[in-house]
Amino acid sequence: MTLRRSLKALSFHLVVAGFGILMLYPVLWLITASMKPTTEIFTSSSLLPSTITFEHYHNGWFGLRNVWFGRFFLNSALISAIAVFGTVLSSAMVAFAFARITFPLRSLFFALMLGTIMLPGHVTLIPQYILFHELGWVDTFLPLTVPKFFGDAFYIFLMVQFIRGIPTELDESARIDGCGWFTLWWRIILPLSLPALLTAAIFTFIGTWDDFFGQLIYLSDIKKLTVPLGLRLFLDSSGSSNWGAVLAMSVLSLVPSMAIFFIGQKYFTQGIATTGLKG
Amino acid sequence: MRKRQMYAAGYLFLSPWLIGFVLLYLGPIAASLYLSFTRYDLLTPPDWIGLANYRQMFTDDFRLGDSVRVTFRYVLLSVPIRLAFALGLALLLNQGMRLLGLYRTIYYIPSLLGGSVAISILWRQVFDKTGLFNRMLALVGIEGPNWIADPKYAIFSLVGLSVWQFGAVMIIFLAGLKQMPQELYEAATVDGAGAIRKFASITLPLLTPVIFFNLTLSLIGAFQTFTKAFIISGGTGGPINSTLLYSLYLYIKGFNFLEMGYAAAMAWLLLVIVAVMTGLLFLSSRYWVFYADGGSRK
Repeated sequence: MTLRRSLKALSFHLVVAGFGILMLYPVLWLITASMKPTTEIFTSSSLLPSTITFEHYHNGWFGLRNVWFGRFFLNSALISAIAVFGTVLSSAMVAFAFARITFPLRSLFFALMLGTIMLPGHVTLIPQYILFHELGWVDTFLPLTVPKFFGDAFYIFLMVQFIRGIPTELDESARIDGCGWFTLWWRIILPLSLPALLTAAIFTFIGTWDDFFGQLIYLSDIKKLTVPLGLRLFLDSSGSSNWGAVLAMSVLSLVPSMAIFFIGQKYFTQGIATTGLKG
Repeated sequence: MRKRQMYAAGYLFLSPWLIGFVLLYLGPIAASLYLSFTRYDLLTPPDWIGLANYRQMFTDDFRLGDSVRVTFRYVLLSVPIRLAFALGLALLLNQGMRLLGLYRTIYYIPSLLGGSVAISILWRQVFDKTGLFNRMLALVGIEGPNWIADPKYAIFSLVGLSVWQFGAVMIIFLAGLKQMPQELYEAATVDGAGAIRKFASITLPLLTPVIFFNLTLSLIGAFQTFTKAFIISGGTGGPINSTLLYSLYLYIKGFNFLEMGYAAAMAWLLLVIVAVMTGLLFLSSRYWVFYADGGSRK
């Protein structure tokens, strides 16, 4: 019986771990390939380089004329930081209104908000572009950051669900003590919803860091490019002659998402499981 | 008096979303509908041309036809396969074995990274004629085609990349599996039901709401896929339109050719397609989605 059970466990781990390694093989290959001599990138399917070289990292970082790759990282970091701040703050405000305050048309607005989640972004894309074009915001960071201050339906929904789980006795005693709505939100609800806020912050960061479409249509000046646009530019300009450097910069571009993932792992699982957030 | 104060507070806290809703949704939706009946290149004022954009879409634009076909092929392949992988692995991982946390992490990493340009670039290298995938195939004596440059196979590299990211869906399935009422399984064991019977009569029916949820979200997401197709085809949707996903064609029309009115009309067609597909899914759900509370949620 115990033998059978441990055999079952062994085969389970062999299958699950084996398949897992297969899944991650391309990523592991990417990491080691970025440290291989150029000829080896195209010929060897082995993970280990014969000699380790960091020349691709050097070539990638300094490979474009006029601008270092680090500039793209700064731009991406700035946009992502503002996006996280704006999204979390505004979504938390709106979620508080939906979860705790009664006002006319509340359920209608809530339904409309959920509807916007299902709406393909393409329908609003062209007029939004025209609007930002008229405002003279094209080729600035504004179209990528300002809209984040109007709340994100997905995270509002996540936070509403979370706030509804906080006992309302806290609200009542705070009201009796003479707390206004703002104090109630800022002092009591916000600190208690920290897990939901962190989940929203993490997913907003990764979503903005990896966003390609928005950045592609709004940014074109090389000094304003972000990491995804920088990679694409690099790919187009160097072609196959410099795959090593392209792969090296690709590895670097994945580091922030990986770091955030390992720091905030438990919020990932919660966030995905409660709302179906995609990665 | 206090009531009015409360209403004011409610609207104050709601205001970011409400303003955004009007400026970034309501206004643009109306404008988009109007623009779809015009010719507009961003530089000269929009020119009302009635239904001409729509007529062109349905009669003249063969590239659009290709694009719709490619998109449906991509969606109908990638969504079911991705869900099947996610469900299969979730069932496998849900057996109470050790190291669940570690495996969950490993399988989630592709979902975490998969949307990035970096992974699309990697994919382009892996599925190249001499790329990693064909080199692995060569080890077992198979000569692989050029996955990216051959129009017969190019779509599969996109489908593969989408399926590879099944981890997030798997985590939702795992959360659903954790909610299963243990009493039902105990009762079934007492009645002598085997593992397959338990799966077919308990697990699967109770999981249908989660399957429905994942199906809906994956479907809507898949219709809007852009980055993979753009990077892997170098922004062209080639070879011979074989990776011209709808979003990519809309981008090309709107932002390469500056046919903004036409792109707006394309957006409306996409909305209709997605709405019809989601609607069909909702209609079908009453025949296969099972709610344990007796179906109080439609």
